[in-house]
Amino acid sequence: MTTMETSKNMSTSNILPTTNVASLEARGIHAWFGSHHVLSDINLDFAPSTVTALIGPSGCGKSTFIRTLNRMHEFIPGAAMAGEVLLDGKDVYAPGTDVTKIRLKIGMVFQKPNPFPSMSIGENVLSGLKLAQLKVANKDDLLEECLERAGLWKEVKDRLNAHGGSLSGGQQQRLCIARALAVSPQVLVMDEPCSALDPGSTLKVEETISQLKASMTIIIVTHNMQQAARVSDYTAFFLSDGGPGQMIEYAPTSDIFSRPQDQRTENYVTGRFG
Amino acid sequence: MSTEVSPALNITPRVISTQPRRSDKVFRGVVTAGGLSSLLILGLIALFLGWRGFDVMRTQGISFITSSDWSISTDDLGNVVESNFGLAAMLVGTILCALIAVVIALPISVFSALFLNFYAPNWLKRILVSTIDMMAAFPSILFGIWGFLVLMPSVEYWAKLLHKYLGFIPIFDIKVPVYTRSPFVAGVVLAIMIIPIITSVSREVFSQAPLDRIQAAYALGATRWAMIKAVVIPHGRSGVIGGAMLGLGRAMGETVAVFTVLNIVFQINWQMLLGAGGNVASLIILKFGDASPYEINALMGAGLVLFILTLIVNGIANQIVKRTGKSGR
Repeated sequence: MTTMETSKNMSTSNILPTTNVASLEARGIHAWFGSHHVLSDINLDFAPSTVTALIGPSGCGKSTFIRTLNRMHEFIPGAAMAGEVLLDGKDVYAPGTDVTKIRLKIGMVFQKPNPFPSMSIGENVLSGLKLAQLKVANKDDLLEECLERAGLWKEVKDRLNAHGGSLSGGQQQRLCIARALAVSPQVLVMDEPCSALDPGSTLKVEETISQLKASMTIIIVTHNMQQAARVSDYTAFFLSDGGPGQMIEYAPTSDIFSRPQDQRTENYVTGRFG
Repeated sequence: MSTEVSPALNITPRVISTQPRRSDKVFRGVVTAGGLSSLLILGLIALFLGWRGFDVMRTQGISFITSSDWSISTDDLGNVVESNFGLAAMLVGTILCALIAVVIALPISVFSALFLNFYAPNWLKRILVSTIDMMAAFPSILFGIWGFLVLMPSVEYWAKLLHKYLGFIPIFDIKVPVYTRSPFVAGVVLAIMIIPIITSVSREVFSQAPLDRIQAAYALGATRWAMIKAVVIPHGRSGVIGGAMLGLGRAMGETVAVFTVLNIVFQINWQMLLGAGGNVASLIILKFGDASPYEINALMGAGLVLFILTLIVNGIANQIVKRTGKSGR
């Protein structure tokens, strides 16, 4: 729990609006790829300023689920969904909703670090402003702020004009986190953000997550159960028994790992399968 | 014996050899033959052109590419009395027409490639792709006739407009009001002919833009156009330039279509709206029919010059592609 303690030392942001932490609720989410039903009736509440971990074996629909939250699911041809995703009570799928605004409010960090190769480190961090045509008073301050919060500032402050590709994998992933922070999202979804990283970088990202919690709601998909135990407040266990993925159990993280209610959850968290 | 002695000086790298299998050797032979044959054919053509044109080019010297005179007079027996062969006007015309074509075709092609990849619904995409491919297979004489009969009257209107408002720029200026059969008309016809190749190359490189970067842009609240500017265009830039150079090469070598629409005049003309111009390939078709053997040799020399010009342009293109290629990926 050392990572939790560092979060208390964090200086509060004076540039980014930190007051607008939002709640996110998923209501009866189903998802399909073509006629293939991959996710069935997921109901989950994400309270403001909490970290929720989604665990479960591969193919159980965790990634699909988080991609329905920020409307990235619909990019896949043939993808469909049902249900509602309420961001502060408003359905993100409501007709007339500007989908780009939704994705600004619900930021995303991907499994594989994906900085823009044509941009420098600094440009990468600020790329969201350009992409979403946002104006910011002081770009330099924002740049430092985001890199600081992503735990990367010290390592890159002298080479902000270098290419993003010149960083190590772990640094690239933190660069992607900094990039997501620059547009000040209310919710951050992370799809196995550490699966391509070494243990040292993983630790750094986990520290970052713990620090970010104060200013946003975080949802993280992970295959690493120790990671779920370390960083999250709540854990949801997903499982597919050959059919569509379902949520088997949802509870405070300590309960999931110490006294799971469902036998399947216990089997999974104790490493008997998956 | 001490093992402390530094061994570095005594050790040489091992020679590593691989023994290819028989089937591998055969296959390597087949593909090598295939790869070298195009080089061989091209080399033989260049050699043939040089051999036939050598005499003329030696007599003319540097004026073969610097003068703009093309005349030959023979006595009653068919002996050459006097000859003057200069390609300058044709070379300028070749470059001018091809550049006009690329300047017009490039934006159209890039936008159609972007439309096809990122905006068009699937059914429309299928129809458009096969239409564009068909355009590439269309005989060039038909483009030429269409350009002459249909395009020319309307291009005249646009040419006058360009002259009126942009006449202060030298290439849009015009001294004699002759607007038909100009390099501009030829350029427009050529543009239509090279749109398919540039579009299909652009479409290919745009479709290879990395999906995870595209998703990263969308996840940051990008609109489609913002995503294209940030990810797809930087990724495809060098490929698009390569496609444009392919188009430029095709436009420089195009014969029949240019011959049909262009008024071939042996005088250097940079005024693209003026009805006078030329193109090496159309010069050859113009003169080839009733040329004496000696003049045919001159035309072969002209072919060699065009060949070299195309090589130079392609070389420059490769350099540009190499230089822009690094930043985008």
